[in-house]
Amino acid sequence: MIADLNVVWFVLIGVLFIGYAVLDGFDLGVGALHLLARTDEQRRLMLNSIGPVWDGNEVWLVTGGGALFAAFPHVYATVFSGFYTAFMLLLLMLIFRAVAIEFRSRQPMLWWRRTWDVSFSMASIGSSLLLGVALGNIAWGVPLGPDHEFAGRFMDLLNPYALLVGITTLALFTMHGAIYLALKTEGEMHERAHAWARNAIIGFTMLYVTTTMATLLYVPHMTDTVREHPLLFGLALLNMLAIANIPREIHHGRDWRAFLSSAAAIAALITLFGVGMFPELVSASNDPANSLTIYNAASSPKTLGIMLIIALIGMPLVLAYTAGIHWVFRGKVRLDRFSY
Amino acid sequence: MDAITLARVQFALTVGFHYIFPPLSIGLGLILVVTEAFYLKTGRPMYRDLTRFWARIFGLIFAMGVATGIVMEFQFGTNWAAYSRFVGDVFGSALAAEGVFAFFLESGFLAIMLFGWDRVSPKVHFLSTVMVFLGSVFSAVWIVVANSWQQTPAGYRLVESAGSLRAEITSFWDVVFNPSSLDRLSHVLVGAFQAGAFLAMSVAAYYLLKKRHEEPAKFALKVGLIVAAAASLLQLVSGHASAVGVARNQPAKLAAFEGHFEASAPAPQYLFGWVDEREQRVRASIAIPGLLSLLVTGDSRKPVTGLNAFAPEDRPPVNPVFQSYHLMVGIGFALIALSLVGLLLWARGTLFESRRLLWLYVFAVALPQAANQLGWFSAEVGRQPWIVYGLLRTKDGVSRVVSAGQALSSLILFVLVYALLFALFIYLLDRKIRQGPAEEGMELSFKGPRA
Repeated sequence: MIADLNVVWFVLIGVLFIGYAVLDGFDLGVGALHLLARTDEQRRLMLNSIGPVWDGNEVWLVTGGGALFAAFPHVYATVFSGFYTAFMLLLLMLIFRAVAIEFRSRQPMLWWRRTWDVSFSMASIGSSLLLGVALGNIAWGVPLGPDHEFAGRFMDLLNPYALLVGITTLALFTMHGAIYLALKTEGEMHERAHAWARNAIIGFTMLYVTTTMATLLYVPHMTDTVREHPLLFGLALLNMLAIANIPREIHHGRDWRAFLSSAAAIAALITLFGVGMFPELVSASNDPANSLTIYNAASSPKTLGIMLIIALIGMPLVLAYTAGIHWVFRGKVRLDRFSY
Repeated sequence: MDAITLARVQFALTVGFHYIFPPLSIGLGLILVVTEAFYLKTGRPMYRDLTRFWARIFGLIFAMGVATGIVMEFQFGTNWAAYSRFVGDVFGSALAAEGVFAFFLESGFLAIMLFGWDRVSPKVHFLSTVMVFLGSVFSAVWIVVANSWQQTPAGYRLVESAGSLRAEITSFWDVVFNPSSLDRLSHVLVGAFQAGAFLAMSVAAYYLLKKRHEEPAKFALKVGLIVAAAASLLQLVSGHASAVGVARNQPAKLAAFEGHFEASAPAPQYLFGWVDEREQRVRASIAIPGLLSLLVTGDSRKPVTGLNAFAPEDRPPVNPVFQSYHLMVGIGFALIALSLVGLLLWARGTLFESRRLLWLYVFAVALPQAANQLGWFSAEVGRQPWIVYGLLRTKDGVSRVVSAGQALSSLILFVLVYALLFALFIYLLDRKIRQGPAEEGMELSFKGPRA
């Protein structure tokens, strides 16, 4: 493995997606749980627990998309046009999610709030599922023509393996969101969040095991790299330890550590996904020669170099603001006159 | 309609709807910075309440901008895949830079600006507001750079890659400072300041007419008026520079702006008219002889290139471009007049009693919006038939795998969703404005029954 710019950008895009999944993952999860809250006050607590940060979290997706466009334009073009209907649905959900958060508490009418509650929750669930299904398809492989264009149909994307990855992603985000909520709330809301977290952990663990088995049995190319480099098995081990640690920390009431474990589990899962794909970015199910790799789908070395400079200047600033904002809004969420 | 037309209509619709919001964010951001600076300097609660009021409006506008902006980020890939493959090496960097340098800054500090009043000191809060404003300006910088590269490509070479041609970067700075970047960036930013200033003036004029919140309204009207007057005059300079640049870099577009077919000298400037493309003349028009030559070349006797210098398949549609361009320019002059009359009455001390002018201001908020939309329309339709000027035709940029049926369904979806969003936006904006800047008027938390 030579550390050329293409490899560097493969890693950096992975880092952006990890940042996105760890950060937006919890607010999508809070959204998935939203309708389970019984009172208006609890729903407002949930919304305001993510209120100041959800928008910044979503910027990780936007920047990840931009970076993909710049570094691997053929992947951006093939996947976004090939998964057209799925991406249009995702856009619709992201739109409704954004405006639901903004609009919901601006009017007192019960019908108004219920409508936006349902929009927010359904859009959060739908976005998590769609992102997972897209990931599942990329691992499973899609038919690609010699011109790099998607050669399948929308229905091909709804294969059982991709759906399983979709549901697993939803469960992962729901667990992550419940833990975040436990971290940010107190009293009755905190108790409820704990109960949700405990259930979500069980659900996620079962789906995680199922997905792992399905991957080993039906998508063996995802495990080739680990088979060839046994040291990488350590990653799978770390992933399992991080997941196993979550119920332990929750049991002892150490929400912050549970959240870190959950974040570590997400990072390890995406890293394993990356290791399994490398050096491919989209596998062609019909003919491996048509697969998009970090070489045949990339921009020129000059652009990758310029982008690296942009990333080296920009990302430390981004990490500084992200940390700063989370620091300013640290502690338990309370409703005040500025809240949603 | 075929898949290409549908993709174009969808792009025009989604970008047009999106473009209502970012200019308002940029312009209102400036008003917010000024208002909060007064609060920081004087500590008067009136300025604080007014800042918070503008911040609430800003939050609503920003949410709409985010919700509709993410569509744009994805749409290059979903509907314009061939274009994305062709330009990714150049265009993608600008888009990624926008995310890294602008969006993170904006969204991060927005949280403090909206929710952080009790969590940070007034100075840190002011700093956050400034950062939100800068973030919105940076976002304009990168996206206008990217769009300007489509208009006047520079700093690239064409390379054969995977069986097709693509543009590869040769100089990042030549891409960033391509021949039209600076002209177009200043034109867009000044247009955004006009949009924000006229929004502030509209709200303030409404309060003065209704005799509510008169003290903050007078302040807001003055701030709005100063920004509006300065920006409207600057827009004259920037608009002129842009037009001269278009004449130099995209002569076919300028010829379409002016309905100019033969390279005649001296070239007339039409004040208005109706272009008959078949007869190659402008009907029902009033024209000033030689003025176009003078404006574009600095000499009223020099010729200006006409559309006939270009093969028919290389010409943009003329009348729509002519009309949108002329309307934009007309609105530009109306905005200058409206703001100068305001300044004059302010100097005479009768501004706040001039009910007729105040009513004009209430509705004038739509004018800069219309000018911004018309300006984009003439810039983008005037670029046709190219998606990257002179290099790639629009029809060759579309996604090959997206069928007309898919494009039609998504277009219908966007029409319905955006109509709903626009109605809700106006409804909530109206409610916020009626509520006003007084803190005690803010809605209380609603304890609903168990859901």
